[in-house]
Amino acid sequence: MNTEEVVRYLKNYDGPEVKLMEVCGTHTASIFKNGIRSLISPRIRLISGPGCPVCVTPTAYIDRCIEFAKEDRHVLYAFGDMLKVPGSKGSLSVAKGEGAKVELMMSALDAVDAAAAHPELMIGIAAVGFETTIPTYAVALARAIEKGLSNLRFVTALKQTFPAIEWICENEQGIDGFICPGHVSVITGSDAFVAFAEKYKRPFVVAGFEGEHLLAVIYEIVRQLEKGEAKAKNLYPNAVRNEGNPKAKALIERYFCAGSAVWRGLGAIPNSGMYLREEYGNFDGGSFGLDDDIKLPRSCRCAEVIVGRINPCDCPMFGKACTPTDPYGPCMVSAEGSCGIWYRNTI
Amino acid sequence: MCVAIPGKIISIDGDTAVVSFGGTEMKANVAMVDAEIGKYVLVHAGCAIEVMAEDQAKELIDLFSELDEIV
Repeated sequence: MNTEEVVRYLKNYDGPEVKLMEVCGTHTASIFKNGIRSLISPRIRLISGPGCPVCVTPTAYIDRCIEFAKEDRHVLYAFGDMLKVPGSKGSLSVAKGEGAKVELMMSALDAVDAAAAHPELMIGIAAVGFETTIPTYAVALARAIEKGLSNLRFVTALKQTFPAIEWICENEQGIDGFICPGHVSVITGSDAFVAFAEKYKRPFVVAGFEGEHLLAVIYEIVRQLEKGEAKAKNLYPNAVRNEGNPKAKALIERYFCAGSAVWRGLGAIPNSGMYLREEYGNFDGGSFGLDDDIKLPRSCRCAEVIVGRINPCDCPMFGKACTPTDPYGPCMVSAEGSCGIWYRNTI
Repeated sequence: MCVAIPGKIISIDGDTAVVSFGGTEMKANVAMVDAEIGKYVLVHAGCAIEVMAEDQAKELIDLFSELDEIV
């Protein structure tokens, strides 16, 4: 097979309508960037899942981050995506304007360097992310321990995608196959999807981020469905090993343990969060019990967008009351949120 | 949020490597990978999370040979 043959097949597909969910926000962005929908039959519907850790972060977490950053001699380091997410009384960006000390980071290691350079300050890390990012916080913590730092705290909202995918399989009907997240799978390994494919009898195929990767994965899933198969497959072998990255997994295991976490739109999912282990509790910046979530306006349909029940453009607020410059729902805030991606590419 | 960019390792000093992203050089932590000068690594949030098996152009050609022919 080559690209042209795959595109011809997908464009001319006239079998039963199929609905495929991409779980990763970076895939959602790549599908737009590469015009994938224009290359495939309208009978193959691509829907976006809960693929952005920022979008599923409850309001109470933002409030806690702001509270931390407003304390005397405290500085909070956060990724850029986090700054505009609304808490119950505004965002980190607004808090920064009011005098809270919030700095942008490219890596959690930036915050470790700041803590080492400024022992007079308490440095916080707004530690948000999925399996891809969790080991980078472990690396940062290991370095902080090695340097003997006592002025570093992690305010965590870390989540594992697998319990969320399982939640979707249990609670959402009509999704025929999953385009599995490439960089999460770098850490977890593609074998992790084998049990899912067997249990839920749907194809789970790991994808890279180029247009060709996505076309190949869509083709693979549609072919499996046509043949009545439901297999897990890794079509990103250049970066993803079947067993994942053992060093990264060991780092996660050493410093973090699983616990219940609240996902915006989905509610509490057992064992879907990751928290610092008790023995590293002195590095925790108040990450527990941050479950309260904002009461969104009645017409906001973020919760349905996150599970792929509707497309962002089906929400009555999309592009009207809710835009990237004035977002209501978190899906519109983050660069990788479904609504933000749809807005930037369709309006 | 899970964006990771491939870059080539230029030099290594302990757990830190200098990685070139199309000519722009940045430091990255390599504690999670078996780093070697000249290899391509995927870098996410300042850390290399995996060594790439081969260059991307070859990978995309190989990718389609993985797929079933239409019967």
